[in-house]
Amino acid sequence: MNSIILQTATRYLLPLLLLFSLFLLWRGHNEPGGGFVGGLVAASAIALQAIAFGPARARQAVRIDLRALIAIGLITALVSGIPALMRGDSYMQAYWMDLGHESIGYIKVGTPLIFDIGVYLTVIGVALLMIITVAEE
Amino acid sequence: MSSLALILPLLIPLATAGVGILAWRSRRLQRAIGLIGSVVLVIASVWLFVLVREEGIQSLQIANWQAPFGITLVGDLLSVALVLATAVMGVCVIVYSFGSVDRARESFFYYPLMHVLLMGINGAFLTGDLFNLYVWFEVMLISSFVLLALGGERAQLEGALKYVTLNLASSVIFLTGIGVVYGVAGTLNFADLALKLSAFEEQGIVTTLSMILFITFGVKAAIFPLFFWLPASYHTPPAAVSAIFAGMLTKVGVYALIRVFTLIFNQDISYTHTLILVVAGFTMVTGVLGAAAQHEFRRILSFHIISQIGYMIMGLGLMVSGNPAAVRLAIAGAFFYIIHNIVAKSNLFLISGVANKLRGSYELSRLGGLYASNPALSLLFLISAFALAGVPPLSGFFGKLMLVRAGLEAEAYVIVAVALGVGLLTLFSMTKIWAEAFWKPAPDESDDESAGESPGKAAVRQPGMALMMAPIIFLAVLAVALGVFFEPVYNFSIDMADQILDPRAYIEAVLPPEYIEQVRGGVK
Repeated sequence: MNSIILQTATRYLLPLLLLFSLFLLWRGHNEPGGGFVGGLVAASAIALQAIAFGPARARQAVRIDLRALIAIGLITALVSGIPALMRGDSYMQAYWMDLGHESIGYIKVGTPLIFDIGVYLTVIGVALLMIITVAEE
Repeated sequence: MSSLALILPLLIPLATAGVGILAWRSRRLQRAIGLIGSVVLVIASVWLFVLVREEGIQSLQIANWQAPFGITLVGDLLSVALVLATAVMGVCVIVYSFGSVDRARESFFYYPLMHVLLMGINGAFLTGDLFNLYVWFEVMLISSFVLLALGGERAQLEGALKYVTLNLASSVIFLTGIGVVYGVAGTLNFADLALKLSAFEEQGIVTTLSMILFITFGVKAAIFPLFFWLPASYHTPPAAVSAIFAGMLTKVGVYALIRVFTLIFNQDISYTHTLILVVAGFTMVTGVLGAAAQHEFRRILSFHIISQIGYMIMGLGLMVSGNPAAVRLAIAGAFFYIIHNIVAKSNLFLISGVANKLRGSYELSRLGGLYASNPALSLLFLISAFALAGVPPLSGFFGKLMLVRAGLEAEAYVIVAVALGVGLLTLFSMTKIWAEAFWKPAPDESDDESAGESPGKAAVRQPGMALMMAPIIFLAVLAVALGVFFEPVYNFSIDMADQILDPRAYIEAVLPPEYIEQVRGGVK
């Protein structure tokens, strides 16, 4: 599709949507959101790119092969449970730590976030692989 | 250590699938990863098996969320034996695939999909709650959808469509049933359900629930009259895929039936288990009669899967007798039959693949002369076919013996008569395949003596034939060994039956003691 309005809008929307997807991913471990929805929002951002500029540009925008993205996502999700195994705890037991300093405040980082990142990547990979393959046909 | 042993049968296939996808560029690398992953899975399963055999039921609360609230994995003798069987079948099928699956399928993630399928099967065997059973069913089904349709041949798509539609319908019923169970009991954990439902006041609702689940698992297990999807689809994919489907997928349904109808729904046995027994009889008969009408190698075998499922369900149905010795023998027999059937049935499918490779067809009318050109293959077929039909001293004989003995002790003479008659008809079907595919002269031999003979001979030396034959030989030896070394397997089956029939050990292995006290106290 060759529409200046859509193309211009996409240029502004793409970073916003990606930012929003990261926001969803980040808060997902204890508020509405999470890797799955985050991944879907990110995938829809790239799908918008595919509609506005064509599927080839969308593949370029992801940079990494979508199949690899799925695999990396699966492995990341799997790895998030390994620290618990190494400490002799139950698989996927959550560990949290506070990053930061008194003056600027703390953020919580933990193994569930790694799991969510894995889901996020897998969802982007699967959703885009389907959308772009169909768009290319 | 139990925490690691229980999770490994799920993590290994997942990791293998993930790494396998990353290696999509190299076919050789994909094969290597697929093989290594399945061998490691066997090692992990053996470890789990030995652990459970020595130390009793193991349970794992994922992420340390206590049962009944968290995700629970439980390994009892039944589950871990089936996990081990899955892993062994995984290796066999993957080695067989090296010689038989075409390049296009391999590059479309055949091996990673196979491992996702193995993960789904293992998950279904190990899960300790109803909802996760649903999830693992879906994992298993989605990967099997893809394996079934991969390649996109016309017949395949037709088969896959029926398979997908009927299985999705059963998933919807399952999910509905889960919703109602949760509404009634407030829990989905098997152990917790076992505690709470037996004390539930309105047993009528519990029986209704049991029937909803009976239908869903019945579709997966392909019992009468819910089996239509199976013979419509199992003969379409490559032989390796058919073999793992035939060996494992319906057994997951049977496993779910056994688990649910021994652990949870054991209140109104005279109603539920009588029904199971009747259905078992019909399943056996329709399956074997369906097979008699078929003239395609794999379609005959597909119908036999159904009739064999009847035997397994019969073991479960015999619980109705209330005679403890008979019940014990019946459950042990059902278990032995599952193991025997995984070995014998998968092997027959693998052999059908070799016949197809040699002659280019699964149609019995176009096969023939295999005994003249491939006597070794014919012998292997005979072993598996006789094992399936129940000829002593092969594995199927003892499976049937246990079930028939249990039936006689339970005084369920009708079902015993059906089981014996169906055994005879099975032999008839196997003889048909033997006479058509192996014994009669090759159809084109009459035209040109040399042309009929040489393709078969040449095909034996085809690359990949050794890779296809190795798992067949292994499984045939296993079918003999299960019969010859029957006693240890029998003892194991009896131990397994004792464990299954006394749910207390299962409940205590999963739930914390204070919680059990509290629930039991609340009931009083």
